[in-house]
Amino acid sequence: MDFSLTKEQEMLKKLAAQFAEEELEPVAAEIDAEHRFPTENFAKMAKVGFTGIGVPEEFGGSGGGMLEKVIAVSEFAKKCMSSAATLSIHLIAPHAILDFGTKEQKEKYLPRLTKGGELGAFALTEPNAGSDAAGVKTVAVYDEATDEYILNGTKCFITGGARAGVLVIFAMTEPKLGTRGMSAFIVEKGMPGFSSGKIEDKMGLAGSETAELVFEDCRVPAANMLGKKNKGFKIAMMALDAARVGVGAQANGVAEAAIEMSVKYMGERVQFGKPIGVLQGLQWYIAEMATKTEAAKALVYEASYLADAGKPFSKEAAMCKLNAAENARFVTNLALQIHGGYGYMKDYPLERMYRDAKLTEIYEGTSEIHKVVIARAVMK
Amino acid sequence: MRIFVCVKQVPDTSGVVAVNPDGTLNRASMQTIINPDDLIAMEQALVLKDNTGCQVTAVTMGPPPAEGMLRELLAMGADDAILISAREFGGSDTFATSQIISAAINHVGYSDEDMIFCGRQAIDGDTAQVGPQIAEKLGLPQISYAAEIVKEGNEVTVKRMLEDGYMKIKVQTPCLITCISDQDSKARYMTLNGINHCYEKPYLVLDFEALKDEPLIELDKIGLKGSPTNIFKSFTPPQKGVGTMLEGADKNTAETLANILLEKHVI
Amino acid sequence: MAFNSADINAFKDIWVFCEQRNGELMNTDFELISEGRKLADERGSQLVGILLGHNVEGLAKELGGYGADKVIVCDDPELEVYTTDAYTKVICDAAMDLKPEVILLGASNIGRDLGPRCAARLNTGLTADCTHLDIDMDKYVNFLETSSTLDLSNTKFDMEDVNLKMTRPAFGGHLMATIICPRFRPCMSTVRPGVMKKAPFSQERADACVVEKYPVALAKDDIKTQVLDVVKEAKQIVDLIGADVIVSVGRGIGKDIQKGIELAGQLADAFGGGVVGGSRVTIDSGWLSADHQVGQTGKTVHPKVYVALGISGAIQHKAGMQDSELIIAVNKDETAPIFEIADYGITGDLFKVVPLMIDAIKAARESK
Repeated sequence: MDFSLTKEQEMLKKLAAQFAEEELEPVAAEIDAEHRFPTENFAKMAKVGFTGIGVPEEFGGSGGGMLEKVIAVSEFAKKCMSSAATLSIHLIAPHAILDFGTKEQKEKYLPRLTKGGELGAFALTEPNAGSDAAGVKTVAVYDEATDEYILNGTKCFITGGARAGVLVIFAMTEPKLGTRGMSAFIVEKGMPGFSSGKIEDKMGLAGSETAELVFEDCRVPAANMLGKKNKGFKIAMMALDAARVGVGAQANGVAEAAIEMSVKYMGERVQFGKPIGVLQGLQWYIAEMATKTEAAKALVYEASYLADAGKPFSKEAAMCKLNAAENARFVTNLALQIHGGYGYMKDYPLERMYRDAKLTEIYEGTSEIHKVVIARAVMK
Repeated sequence: MRIFVCVKQVPDTSGVVAVNPDGTLNRASMQTIINPDDLIAMEQALVLKDNTGCQVTAVTMGPPPAEGMLRELLAMGADDAILISAREFGGSDTFATSQIISAAINHVGYSDEDMIFCGRQAIDGDTAQVGPQIAEKLGLPQISYAAEIVKEGNEVTVKRMLEDGYMKIKVQTPCLITCISDQDSKARYMTLNGINHCYEKPYLVLDFEALKDEPLIELDKIGLKGSPTNIFKSFTPPQKGVGTMLEGADKNTAETLANILLEKHVI
Repeated sequence: MAFNSADINAFKDIWVFCEQRNGELMNTDFELISEGRKLADERGSQLVGILLGHNVEGLAKELGGYGADKVIVCDDPELEVYTTDAYTKVICDAAMDLKPEVILLGASNIGRDLGPRCAARLNTGLTADCTHLDIDMDKYVNFLETSSTLDLSNTKFDMEDVNLKMTRPAFGGHLMATIICPRFRPCMSTVRPGVMKKAPFSQERADACVVEKYPVALAKDDIKTQVLDVVKEAKQIVDLIGADVIVSVGRGIGKDIQKGIELAGQLADAFGGGVVGGSRVTIDSGWLSADHQVGQTGKTVHPKVYVALGISGAIQHKAGMQDSELIIAVNKDETAPIFEIADYGITGDLFKVVPLMIDAIKAARESK
């Protein structure tokens, strides 16, 4: 069993860390405060090739797979969770197109989503369909005359939805069949009848934009159906598995950064004539934080390994996300505690990290739904 | 056209600098980075590559682990790399180093339209000497402290910085230019595609055997023993003591401070 | 035939390359001549200035006033503006002919271009950017005793050593190294400007100084570069990261913001140029733009001199500047945490103290 990264993966890690430090960190506080999506940073990510991770070079991508995604996303998360989430969620759309798209769809859309610098989005959630995908109310009706599908419905909480150039969205092609009547479509920004609605005002992850999407008689060419008709649910579930590993990577990144900051602070902060790092109570915090984080990383790496080896990884994806998310909140909470009053102030990034970390327990499925998924897999 | 970019792997002096009890640097405990000015030289070369499609070759002298740095430069966009590495070359001062590097470039060969770029100076030694000394050994014209480089045909125009302004200098290739960074200059990132292919690009290792017969190398003037300059003593300056609160806040106080600054060569 | 630099007994005298720009000597020239004088006395040899340019003979005597016994003047139209090729050839021709034991150059952008090229041609070593020079061993040992942390009780030195001992900072000043060039001559060194002390000018010495013209043999094609233009420019505003001197302001300038920032700028100028920084409050309050901010949420800096004016020194500010080489703090509150990390502290009203500092520093610089 070899846990080491390849030379190329080590270089990727170094590059991602440098990029995060030089490009993401300087604006992290500002985009959080202003609730601003940093368009310029996404363009820089595309230039370097982060937005093409997991897509072969022949389609304008950067190669690599799940582990490469995990490496980049974790490094980004150490400096700016919003940017890490933006990248991680963006990648869902090109990966779904790569896995399920026709040759024409791949040639048309993948270069745009990779080198082309267009943002991707993935739209499943609806006001009444969170973890319960069967609750999707958006419908797609086939119009034989034009060979198009006519979409009607509303999606919500869609990361990057209002800015994405290319979106993978889910709609019922046979509503009475529930999830077995769901299909996936590739929708482009600007298609008539497609618009974005409310931009959410979130507690954290404020530099990633969360939008409502509205489809009113939106006409999508039948050629833009992704995968087979009524087979969309499988696409959604596979995409979610990958997305969960991505959330695990975000959570681990923010946890690692919080530990590093705490250790540094404990060396600098002097109380009663000694650095607070000599206090065993705080040392025990660090020991717990570090151990749990190391375990969380191992689980995310295992899920990545399974995914990259083409093995089933749904259970591990759910486990690694659940575990890493709970750990991220645990660790950022203690880190904030170690920093005391300073940690609570906006001068330090910890309060932001704490708010951002909280979301990892909620999005791409709450911790509770993950436990359902995991229990079902373990008890089958 | 080919541009040789000479680069050096250096300890990151902005981080923790560890010193052994005998006053020498504990290199093993320090992170290594690509020398910042050398990165700018590479960027200048890559800009010319973007515009002309020329070949960019990264050249370094150092121990075998310097390969990691060269691969990074290949991932940034360099076309090929040369590692000059031999025990016999270790401990060379700038004179000896420039002999070896110029011998290596001579060994590989360069044409009338080629150029050699170096960083102005390295952050470990801060000498700024190897570039001009390579130029002298190869008999090439040099322009140091270059902030802008424009090439048209075999004619190169360089903005050469002075403390109180700059010169515009014209020179013909082949020539050597040492590059400085200004406020806006920043080397590009590696790319993910670059990383994917950096281990496939041409990579040449030149050892002692390969270079020992080169006419530019005087075998008794290389390495630690042959270098003209030697370290007589190295030491750490006394630790910073507790600060001093100056008496009063009047003219005398200001003058006392000014005198201290003068004595300490701060002003 | 390569120059024979190994016959070290054939070399004598100490040379100083005297740089002129636009027919004016540089301040460094006087510093180096003054330092060279001490070395020549230690060695019991002559101190010779070498001056290149066009119509510059008139500058030579002034160098004598700071200690040069003799000035060699190389005068030629091709030497009016500095080119590496011409200057290297003229200096090396003269050095090969007259065989100086030591050549000192200022570590200016020109000295550091010229020095290495000459050393390579003369087959000898060169030590860059020196801050301390000794020949006499007693003096050197004394220097080590006061300026190093070395325990010298068990160290044996050859007290008869007559090599030039060239000491310079390395690794960003974390380490000092003394370099020698024992087997080859001349022994060459570039010297950091502003470090060596200028001696008082002596008219008597100036009058006694011998000025000697040295023939210049330059052909057109000796010079492979063409200087198209020389442009004088006021020093550009550099960013915080690259600045040698940063004068930062904090809440303490609140009662007259405009004046406070102005004073900071003037103080930076008094140091010979620098950048104005600010603590978080100055940025949050809109007194300074964000690119001025030093601290945890701003930039981390380590200039040679950091002056904190009216800054209390919150941990978030200290995190960004505590590694500065020298920290000076002015604050009304004597308990301000900034004083814990300051090398020099003054308790007082910055609006009163800073103008006095500006005057005193200017005066001190002029007295050099």
